[in-house]
Amino acid sequence: MSGRDAREHKDRRSHGRDGHRDGHGQDGRDGIMGEPVIAVHEVTAELGARPVLRGIDLTVRRGEVVALLGANGSGKSTAVRTVIGQVPVSSGRIELFGTPLRRFRSWSRVGYVPQRTTAAGGVPATVAEVVSSGRLSRTRFGLFRRADRLAVHRALELVGMADRAKDSVDALSGGQHQRVLIARALAAEPELLIMDEPMAGVDLASQEILARTLREQVATGATVLLVLHELGPLEPLIDRAVVLRDGCVVHDGPPPQAVGQHALPGHDHVHPHDSSGAGPIRTGLLS
Amino acid sequence: MELLNYAFMQRALLAAVLVGVTAPAIGIYLVQRRQSLMGDGIGHVAMTGVGLGFLLSASPVWTAAVVSVLGAVLMELIRWYGRTRGDIALAMLFYGGMAGGVLFINLAPGGSSANLTSYLFGSLSTVSPSDVTAICLLAAFVVLVTLGLRRQLFAVSQDEEFARVTGLPVRALNLLTAVTAAVTVTVAMRVVGLLLVSALMVVPVAAAQQLGRSFAATFAIAVAIGVGVTIGGTVTSYYQDVPPGATIVLLTIAAFVVLTALATPLARRRARALAAARPAGEPAEYALPAGRQAAGQETSGRETADRGTADRAGA
Repeated sequence: MSGRDAREHKDRRSHGRDGHRDGHGQDGRDGIMGEPVIAVHEVTAELGARPVLRGIDLTVRRGEVVALLGANGSGKSTAVRTVIGQVPVSSGRIELFGTPLRRFRSWSRVGYVPQRTTAAGGVPATVAEVVSSGRLSRTRFGLFRRADRLAVHRALELVGMADRAKDSVDALSGGQHQRVLIARALAAEPELLIMDEPMAGVDLASQEILARTLREQVATGATVLLVLHELGPLEPLIDRAVVLRDGCVVHDGPPPQAVGQHALPGHDHVHPHDSSGAGPIRTGLLS
Repeated sequence: MELLNYAFMQRALLAAVLVGVTAPAIGIYLVQRRQSLMGDGIGHVAMTGVGLGFLLSASPVWTAAVVSVLGAVLMELIRWYGRTRGDIALAMLFYGGMAGGVLFINLAPGGSSANLTSYLFGSLSTVSPSDVTAICLLAAFVVLVTLGLRRQLFAVSQDEEFARVTGLPVRALNLLTAVTAAVTVTVAMRVVGLLLVSALMVVPVAAAQQLGRSFAATFAIAVAIGVGVTIGGTVTSYYQDVPPGATIVLLTIAAFVVLTALATPLARRRARALAAARPAGEPAEYALPAGRQAAGQETSGRETADRGTADRAGA
């Protein structure tokens, strides 16, 4: 994607955002653009006795696409899992859509894509059955109506897996499996997408589809927080990067320009860059 | 069908069918969560309940239901809080439950460990009308939970963390699964016995996995197998004078073996059909010999042929 395309795409996004809000009929009072969707203040967390987060701040505003970067063990996965309440916080506070995490209940507004694990469940399940799990937050007592089945189908179409709906998930490649997990998150039609390493172990064809899916979601006004090992093919989509090292935020600003070794988030050369400079690395995936 | 003329056989068949439905129905979720042996553990704990029933001269089905539900809840709590030493706590719970059963039954007036045998291995012909009422009520609960909450239980068993982020009450659903498994154990206790319960929860599901591609189909096939083997085992025991519990379990394992033998070539054919349906743009197999021939002509066709024979001889 060229720089001009990216700008056009951001314009589209702001239009789409309004449409999206109207469509959902919520937050009518909110006239201001970009109120915080995720707000993390001085959060510390431990895994066992080991401190993993040492007071991080992270704000993601409505419509933003934020990448959380860092080397292995820098705490980026833990940070994301504190946001969704899966890792207990020892101090600090977290708010989702302006509600303290402890009192947050509208989970259908959040779509979570966990890090893909290779361990499959023992019992066979089809692609549609797995994706339907993501729709449960929108149903009453798990009763599926026509609209719910349509939403599941739509989510599968978004990731290009509609023709595999009746196939067993065991028969899928790593990339296809990842697409199913993303469809599962999209089935609830969330406003906020949280993804943990969506590109890890994904073949090129699936990477392309994932990038396209994400671009479409962003165009309709979704807010996205991504854990990434490297910016890669998603780079043109990303508004802001937050880099973690040893459980601290060492950079919060425009995505670091990826050039050779500098592309590695663990690299020392991490400081804000002027994003209007040279274009990002072209992977050819999005053009 | 003269066997249906006997009231005890009617009761036995009804109890057997209910076990055939309920044990695989909850078992599929346990297998999916890799807790296949949970039923076995609950079976051990239920022995204390049976012993208590004798001691208090109450119906052992109901006392076993109460004690195994408490045991299952305790097991679930240990799973939450005792991550590191959890297995030892569970071992103590299981063997404590078994020892408690033996102790209580010997304390009961006129009771001895011999009374336990019919609960350990099942005793279909002694199922009383009040047992049938209890079994029907408990089975209704199990069917209601496993079918009514199938989407929620599937989501939790498939990916617990994702289910929590969906806002599902995961802890409550886990507790409910454990309680339902405990209730199923007491339903099956009179039919296959506490020591064999787990087989009916796990083996029909394992057999159904060989055929099913979806969760729904696997569920249906597992229940069908469960009903088939429980009826088959009960009828066999009527004509052949063999213990029904053991017969049912061996029939289930036979079903597993047969289905596995049938499913392996089926899966291979299915995979081949899938590969054929997806032309990947790569050269088809027949292109290879032609290429090899061309290469062979450059050196010597004779040499390649010789090498081919040598390879075959070596293999």
